[in-house]
Amino acid sequence: MEFALSEEQEILSESVRKMLEDNIDIDLLRNHSKGDDVIRGNIRQLVVEMGLPGILIPEEFGGSGLGVLEAALIAEEFGRYAVPTPWIGNSVMAPIALLYEKGNSLSEKWLPLIASGEITACVSLTEAVGKRSNAGLSSKDSKVTGTAIFGLDGELNPRIIITVLEDNLILIDTEKPGVTISEIPTIDSTRPVVEVVFDSVDFEIIPGGKDAIQKTIGVGRVLLAADILGASANMISNAVEYSLERKQFNRVIGSFQAVKHMCAEMAADLEPCKSLLWYAAYAQDNIREEAALLSCHVKAHLSEVGQDTARTSTQVFGGMGFTDLLGMHYWFKRIGLSRQILGGPEKVRQEAARLQGFLS
Amino acid sequence: MDLNAGPEYKSFREKVVTFLKENSHMAGKGRTPVRPNQDELEWQKKLIENGYAARTIPSEYGGFGAESDVLKSRIIAEEFSQSSIPMGMANQGISMLVPTLLELGTDEQKKSWISKTISGEVIWCQGYSEPGSGSDLASLQTKAIIDGDDFIINGQKIWTSGAQISDMMFCLVRTEPDEPKHKGISYLLIDMKTPGIEVRPLMTMTGHAEFNEVFFTDVRVPKSQIVGKRGEGWYVANATLTHERGMLGDPNQSATRLKEIIDLMQQETVNGEKLIDNPVYLDRLMRLQARVLSMSFNSLRLLTASHKKLDAKMAKLIVKLNSCQLNQDLAGFAIDLLGELGTIYGKSNHDHGSGKWQWKYMFDLGLIIGGGTAQIQKNIISEAGLGMPREPKPMAEGKK
Ligand SMILES: Cc1cc2nc3c(=O)[nH]c(=O)nc-3n(C[C@H](O)[C@H](O)[C@H](O)COP(=O)(O)OP(=O)(O)OC[C@H]3O[C@@H](n4cnc5c(N)ncnc54)[C@H](O)[C@@H]3O)c2cc1C
Repeated sequence: MEFALSEEQEILSESVRKMLEDNIDIDLLRNHSKGDDVIRGNIRQLVVEMGLPGILIPEEFGGSGLGVLEAALIAEEFGRYAVPTPWIGNSVMAPIALLYEKGNSLSEKWLPLIASGEITACVSLTEAVGKRSNAGLSSKDSKVTGTAIFGLDGELNPRIIITVLEDNLILIDTEKPGVTISEIPTIDSTRPVVEVVFDSVDFEIIPGGKDAIQKTIGVGRVLLAADILGASANMISNAVEYSLERKQFNRVIGSFQAVKHMCAEMAADLEPCKSLLWYAAYAQDNIREEAALLSCHVKAHLSEVGQDTARTSTQVFGGMGFTDLLGMHYWFKRIGLSRQILGGPEKVRQEAARLQGFLS
Repeated sequence: MDLNAGPEYKSFREKVVTFLKENSHMAGKGRTPVRPNQDELEWQKKLIENGYAARTIPSEYGGFGAESDVLKSRIIAEEFSQSSIPMGMANQGISMLVPTLLELGTDEQKKSWISKTISGEVIWCQGYSEPGSGSDLASLQTKAIIDGDDFIINGQKIWTSGAQISDMMFCLVRTEPDEPKHKGISYLLIDMKTPGIEVRPLMTMTGHAEFNEVFFTDVRVPKSQIVGKRGEGWYVANATLTHERGMLGDPNQSATRLKEIIDLMQQETVNGEKLIDNPVYLDRLMRLQARVLSMSFNSLRLLTASHKKLDAKMAKLIVKLNSCQLNQDLAGFAIDLLGELGTIYGKSNHDHGSGKWQWKYMFDLGLIIGGGTAQIQKNIISEAGLGMPREPKPMAEGKK
C-alpha cells in the first residue's frame, strides 16, 4: 500500500509540464481566444507527438494503456497552463465510453484513430446530467434528430460525436450527412464547447447502457476536478509570486499579514484536494464500489475550493487582477466552466447523497 | 498509488473486527480530561497488547513494537471509527512527550517514562504558555537557576490542560537569561508533587475547568530531568509541537463524528420527517463529507511520506488549521440539525445528545486557539509553505 504517486507518474507529470512550460504562454492564450486556428493546430500537434491522446487506450489499439489517475495528472497540468486543446472529451471520456464493454467493433474501429491523433472525438453528455428544454435527441427509423449541447472537444472538426440517446451512449460519424457543429460562446475561451445539431443522421449504439453512461460521466467529473486543481494551484502560485514583487508602503505586499493569510487559506483549502483527487482517480480503475461516489465528491469539492481560490487570488493582484494585462482571468473563467460542466456542485452532491442511499 | 491490500491485510482486518466484537464492552467513552479509571487502564493495556495502541513504540519501552505499516494503521483506525469505539488513550503525554523522548531523550529517560506514560499510569501536562507568553511563546519568563544538583524554578504557567490531575509536567523554563530569547530556554520534566507547585483550576466557557494556572515557588527539580541540553529547550519543544499538531489533526476523529451525525440524521425526526430526508441538510452533510474524506486521504499521504522518510511539506503544515476547523464545523452542524433541542446543555428529557455537541462545539474553539492559533498556523503556512516574508520584528524587541 502506498498513497503517493509512483516514479513513473511523477515523470509523466513533469514531462507534460515541461512541454507546456516551453510552449504555452499568456500571449498564446490571448491569440487563441481571438480564434487563431494555427495555434489550435500547433498545440494539438504537440500533444499528439507526446502520444497523450492514447493514454487510456490499450496498446493493441496503439495507445499506452494507462489509467484514469495518469489521465487526471495530465488534466491537472492542462489546467495549470489553461491548455487550449482537446483533452477530457476526446482522450478520456470517449475511450472510457468505447472501452466499457470489451471487444466491441466500435472500439476496434475508432480507438486506433483517436490514439494516433488522426481524429478527434467530441463528447456531449449534458442530456444525461440535466435535460434542457431546447435540447435533446430522439430517433426514428434508426436515425437521430435533435440537439446535443455542451459537447467537449468539438472545436477541431471532430470525426465522431459521442452523446446520449435515452439510456444508451451513441456514436455518430460526422462524415454522415446531417451533422452541424457550432461553438457555444462561454466565458472560457481556452476550452471551446459546442452545440451539435443532428438532422436525421445514422448512429450506432455503444454497448453498456446506463452503466456506461454513468461511468463515463464519473470519469469526466474526476478529470474536470483535476483541471480545477491545476488551474487553482497556478492561480495561487502566481498570486504569491506577484505578492513578492509588488511594493506598497515601501514593502512587498506579500509581507502584509492580510495577504499572507489569504494565500495561506487558499493553500490550506487546496492541498487536501490533491489527495482526494488521487484517491478518486485511482478508484475509477481499482475500487469499483467507491468510484461513482468519489467522482461526485471530488467534482463538487474542487468546484467550491476552485471558486474561492479564483476569487481570492484575483484580489491578491489588486486592480491588476481585474485587467486583461496579466490574464489571470483565463484561469478564473476556466474554473468557472469546469464547475458547471457535467453537473454543478449542488446537483453532484445530491447524487452523492443518493448513491449512499440517503435520498429516496 | 497502490491501495491494494494483500490477503495478509484482509485477515488483519478480520482480526481487528473480531477483537472489537469481543471486547468493545470494555471500551471507555473516550477522551475526557479526567484521570483514567481502572477499567480504562485495563482497556488501554488490552489495546497495547493487541497492537491497537502504542503500535510502533518499541517493546522495550512497553509498546507493541510493530513496524510502521500505513495500511494496518488505517485498518485499525477505520474499524474503530466504524464501531464508534475510541482509539487508545490520547493525552499530551502519549501524543507529545513520548515522541519527543523517543527522538531526543536519554536512554534513562526513555526507560523511566515511556512505558508508564503509554499505559496511562503516569499522566502529563504541558507547561508552556504563560500569562505574558502565548503565541510569542519564546518570550516566556519562568526562571530556573542552578543550585547544586537541582534547578530552582520560580514563575507561572497558564492554560495548563489537565494539570489538576497530572503526575508530571513537561515544561519550558528560562535557564540562560542573557542569551537571545530562543536560545535561553530549557525543557524540564517536573514532578507535580514537588513542594512549591500550586495548581489553580480555571473555569472555561464550557462550564468545566479543563485547564489551570500553575504557580512555581522555589521548586527544586533534579538536573537530570532536562531533555536535550541547557538552552536547547526551544528546539526540543518544537519537535513536540509538531506532534501536538498531529494529535489535534487526527482525521479519524472527524470520520467518527461524521458517522455519528449520519446516525443522528437517520433517527431524529421533525414534523414526522427524518432529518436525513431533508435535501438542504443533506447538501451540508455532503459538503462536510467531502472535507472529511480529503483530510483522511491527506493523512494517508502523510503516513506514506513519513514511512518513506520524506518531508510532506504543505500537506503537513495545513493539518492543524484544517482539522480543528472541520471538527468544529461538524459539531456546529449537529447542533443545527437538532435546532432548539440543540441548545440543551444539562439534564433534560429533551436532550437528544445536544449536550455532547455543545461541549464539542465550544471545546473545539479552544483547540482552534490552543497549540498555535489559527492565525499563527496561517503565518506558518505562508512562511514555511509558500515562502512569503516572515512577520516583521517590532522595534521594541531590539531592546531585549
Ligand atoms: C483549550 C486550550 C488548551 C490549552 N492547553 C495548553 C496546555 O496544556 N499547555 C500550554 O502550555 N498551553 C495551553 N494552551 C495555551 C495555548 O497554547 C495558547 O492559548 C495559544 O498559544 C495562544 O496564546 P494566547 O492565549 O496567549 O493568545 P495571544 O497570543 O495573546 O493571541 C491573541 C490573538 O492574537 C493573535 N495573534 C498573536 N500573535 C499573532 C501574530 N504573530 N500574527 C497574527 N495574529 C497573532 C492570535 O491569533 C489570537 O487571535 C491551551 C489553550 C487552550 C485554548
